[in-house]
Amino acid sequence: MSFIDLSKNEVQCKIVYYGPGRGGKTTNLLYLHQAMTDSVRGKMVTIDTKGDRTLFFDFLPLALGQIQGLSIKIQLYTVPGQVMYNATRKLVLKGVDGIVFVADSLKVQKEKNVESLDNLRQNLAEDNIDIKEIPLVLQYNKRDLGGSNIPILSVEKMQEDLNRELQVPWFSGSALKGDGVFETLREISKGTVKYVSRKLLSR
Amino acid sequence: MDLVLSKESIDNIISVLDEDLLRAGADCVLLVDRSGNLIVNRGDPANLDVVALAALSAANFGATAEIAKLIGEDDFALLFHKGKNENIHFTKVGKGFILITLFGKDVSLGLIRLNTARVTDTLVPILGGEQ
Ligand SMILES: Nc1nc2c(ncn2[C@@H]2O[C@H](COP(=O)(O)OP(=O)(O)OP(=O)(O)O)[C@@H](O)[C@H]2O)c(=O)[nH]1
Ligand SMILES: [Mg+2]
Repeated sequence: MSFIDLSKNEVQCKIVYYGPGRGGKTTNLLYLHQAMTDSVRGKMVTIDTKGDRTLFFDFLPLALGQIQGLSIKIQLYTVPGQVMYNATRKLVLKGVDGIVFVADSLKVQKEKNVESLDNLRQNLAEDNIDIKEIPLVLQYNKRDLGGSNIPILSVEKMQEDLNRELQVPWFSGSALKGDGVFETLREISKGTVKYVSRKLLSR
Repeated sequence: MDLVLSKESIDNIISVLDEDLLRAGADCVLLVDRSGNLIVNRGDPANLDVVALAALSAANFGATAEIAKLIGEDDFALLFHKGKNENIHFTKVGKGFILITLFGKDVSLGLIRLNTARVTDTLVPILGGEQ
C-alpha cells in the first residue's frame, strides 16, 4: 500500500519484481543499484541468500524526484522465484502497488514463465487484487543470449504465452548488460504513480 | 488500502512518540506499515539506515506472523531482540502498523513495554480510519 505524507508532500510506493527462479529479478536490482547515483538510491539489502538464489527478498529504495509537487519514493523488492517459496512471495507482495514480471527467454523456461504468472495472478487474487487492475510491466529478459547456441523463445512467442490476454506494456531486455532495465523501471514507476494518485482521487 | 496522513496527524504522532518513548530514554523510534513503508522516525539514528530497517522489520513481522499461525496462534503482538548494547522492541499497532523502539542497556524493558502499550493505544485511532 502506498503512503502519502502530506507534511512532506511525499508519496511512497512498493514495486515488486516477480517471475520464475533464475529469471533475472535480482540482476535487475543489482544493475539499477550500480548504475544509479547515491542521490537517487539508498542502500540495497539482500537477505537470506544461499549462493545467488533469493530466499527471502532483495530491497532497493529509490528517490525518483518530483511529480506535480510530490516527491516520489519507490521501494523495489524482488521475490524468491523458486516454486517452493510461495509463502515468502505472498509476504513480499503484501501492500504491492506495481509489479514487474521478469520472464526468462530461455526456451527451457517456457512453462515456468506461464506457471509463475499464474501464481502471481492467484496470489494477488487472494489479496483481492485483480491482476488486470494493478500496474504490471513484462520484461523479456536475457535477450543477449539470442544468437548464442542456447535456444531462446522469440518475443512473439513470449507475447503469445504471457501477454495475449493482459495486453500490458512490455520490454525486451538484458538485466546482465542493463538493456531495458531503466525502460522497465520508468514504465512501471509511471504506471504506479498514476494508479496510486487515481486511487487517492477516488477516495 | 492506501494511507494518507495530514500534517496534523503526523505532528500528533511525532509528539506522542517523543513524549512517551524518547523522553523515557529510547534512542530511536520508528512507525512503519506492514508493507514496509516508513511513516515516521524520531530520535537520533546516526548511521542507522532507517529505510532498510523499516523494510526488514515489516518482513520480519510478517515471517513471525506465519510462524505464529504454524503453532496455532493468530499473531504475536510484540517481538524483542536483545543485543549487547542496543535492544530493539517491535509492537503491533492495529492491524497494519508496527512500532519499533531502539533502546540501550540502561533503559528498562518494563518501562519501554509500558510506554509502547500506551503509545499504541493513542496511535490506533490516529491511524484507525486508514486500515
Ligand atoms: N545471459 C544473461 N544472464 C542473465 C541475465 N539476467 C540474469 N542472468 C543470470 O541468470 C542467473 C539468475 O539471475 P538472478 O537475477 O539471480 O535471478 P532471480 O530471478 O533473482 O532468481 P531467484 O532469486 O531464484 O528467483 C544469474 O546467473 C544471472 O547472472 C541476462 O539478461 N542475460
Ligand atoms: Mg533473486
